[in-house]
Amino acid sequence: MQRGMGLGVTELEHMAKRCRRNIVKMVYNAKAGHPGGSLSAIDMLTALYGHRLRVNPDQPDWGDRDRFIMSKGHASPGVYAVLHERGFLSESDLQTFRKLGGPCQGHVDMKWCPGVDFSAGSLGMGLSFGIGCSLAATLDGSERTAWVMLGDGELQEGQIWEAVMAAVHHEVGNVKVIVDRNGIQNDDFCESQMRMFDVSEKFASFGWAVMEIDGHNMCEIVSAIDWADQVTDGPACIVMHTVKGKGVSFMENNPKFHGAAPSDQQFELAMEELQ
Amino acid sequence: MSAPSGGGASRDGYGAALLEMLDDDKVVVLEADLGKSTKSCLFRAEKPSHTVSLGIAEQNMMLVAAGMATSGYVPFASTFAIFSERGFEQVRNGIARPNIVVHLCGSHGGIHTGTDGSSAQSIEDLAIYRTLPNMAVIHPSDDISAKELTLQLRDYPSPSYMRTARNKVPRSYSESTANQLKIGKGFTHRKGSDVAIIACGVLLNEALEASEELRTQGIHATVVDMHTIKPLDESLLDQIIESCGAIVTAEDHSVIGGLGSAVAEYVVSKSPIPIEMIGVQDRFGESGGSDELLELLGLKSTNIIQAAKRVIERK
Repeated sequence: MQRGMGLGVTELEHMAKRCRRNIVKMVYNAKAGHPGGSLSAIDMLTALYGHRLRVNPDQPDWGDRDRFIMSKGHASPGVYAVLHERGFLSESDLQTFRKLGGPCQGHVDMKWCPGVDFSAGSLGMGLSFGIGCSLAATLDGSERTAWVMLGDGELQEGQIWEAVMAAVHHEVGNVKVIVDRNGIQNDDFCESQMRMFDVSEKFASFGWAVMEIDGHNMCEIVSAIDWADQVTDGPACIVMHTVKGKGVSFMENNPKFHGAAPSDQQFELAMEELQ
Repeated sequence: MSAPSGGGASRDGYGAALLEMLDDDKVVVLEADLGKSTKSCLFRAEKPSHTVSLGIAEQNMMLVAAGMATSGYVPFASTFAIFSERGFEQVRNGIARPNIVVHLCGSHGGIHTGTDGSSAQSIEDLAIYRTLPNMAVIHPSDDISAKELTLQLRDYPSPSYMRTARNKVPRSYSESTANQLKIGKGFTHRKGSDVAIIACGVLLNEALEASEELRTQGIHATVVDMHTIKPLDESLLDQIIESCGAIVTAEDHSVIGGLGSAVAEYVVSKSPIPIEMIGVQDRFGESGGSDELLELLGLKSTNIIQAAKRVIERK
């Protein structure tokens, strides 16, 4: 199974644009959801599925697939958008977002959605799960890798630091973390809720290999993924600086759109901006 | 130490069962610094490659176990019953909700744990885990039954919580009777038609003692080891409702939400008969010897005898 979808940077950028449109559509149709953190993460999500992850839409449960663990599970529209691009979900599946009986549950759920490896929704748990996947891969002698995306607000959960410590203790070279440092959480800017200061320094002080990038620069994103793959003697962390709501002017850096749907008028404006 | 010198502690049975699974490379053991206490240390000594130390970090342990389970492994994760509760939401959202087959063992459950005091005496674990869809909840009485039930978990199709106890009690099982145990099926130790005493954990021994004394007084009691609190053996309860017409439940656990509650919930919805519950009466424990605490909190065979007489009066 090849890595990713064989897409170059320009193609990835186009894919990310399509995903952004689907994110806004899903949230608009459901009249609820989390557009801000989906839009901040979507360039990286696109690069992961388009450039890196070994997954198989024809066999979602293929045992030796790479795992992608969306720990910040509220950014589900972003995940569903890339799973659609990757062939796991149809256009009509996307219409089920937050609707009764559909695969696109409010928060990503492995029991409901093909291609989803982790049932999220409660913050702080995904890295631990990823470590479990990586320990199993090592026991199996497999090269499969666990990629885990964390929100920056999520880093306030104590369990994250239990897991950060454990990853180094167990020298898991097949765990890759991406921190979506968009600076906003549910209630307000992270800076006002609980300051986290230098996130990279925190990971590095535990013994992680760390790289900081612009999370909206596709060249940097692809390079960072390739860099993380080269780190094999312990865990690697990409801290990506992003803009919450990126790509939709009125959502950008706006705490109101952490978890809110656009109005009819706002939706039309967003669609124009994402042409 | 107030525990009898003979007999066996259920935590020893857990450790013995892990040792019997050494040849299964899909079995992995997870610890949160208490392997010496829960007895998973026995497995670690023999197979460190399949033992994962997570340090004093129970929340992380729950999800590491879940990740391994979704990759084809059968994780047995243990800590003290009380500290497993620190990761309750992780068990709820990360294990039970996606129905990931992780087997969690909480040792040192109940006030029988003794001298460590109330901070270590979980009297609510059976209740809270019982509320989770998909979770089996098991509480064996001695080492022999704990070993058998733990071995059965290897092929059990859903996640589970097993509470074990720290201290030894006289054994209620032999190797041959333990072979008849089955998760989800209560084990009838005595048959009588005046009252049924339904017990779990260390109180099974008290229940058996009570039945002997009752017999000398002309009262014939059925005694059931309801080692599986969930799924509850409803067909056995149907028989008991019919044949005994009165029930005493006995558990080293709060009377709120545990075995007694589970039995009562079923009985009142099916065919109400009088029930008396022996358990911790909505209070915390304290430091003391096991027997001292059983006595203080009204969990001795004498309390069961009194409850049996009361419930027969109410028939």
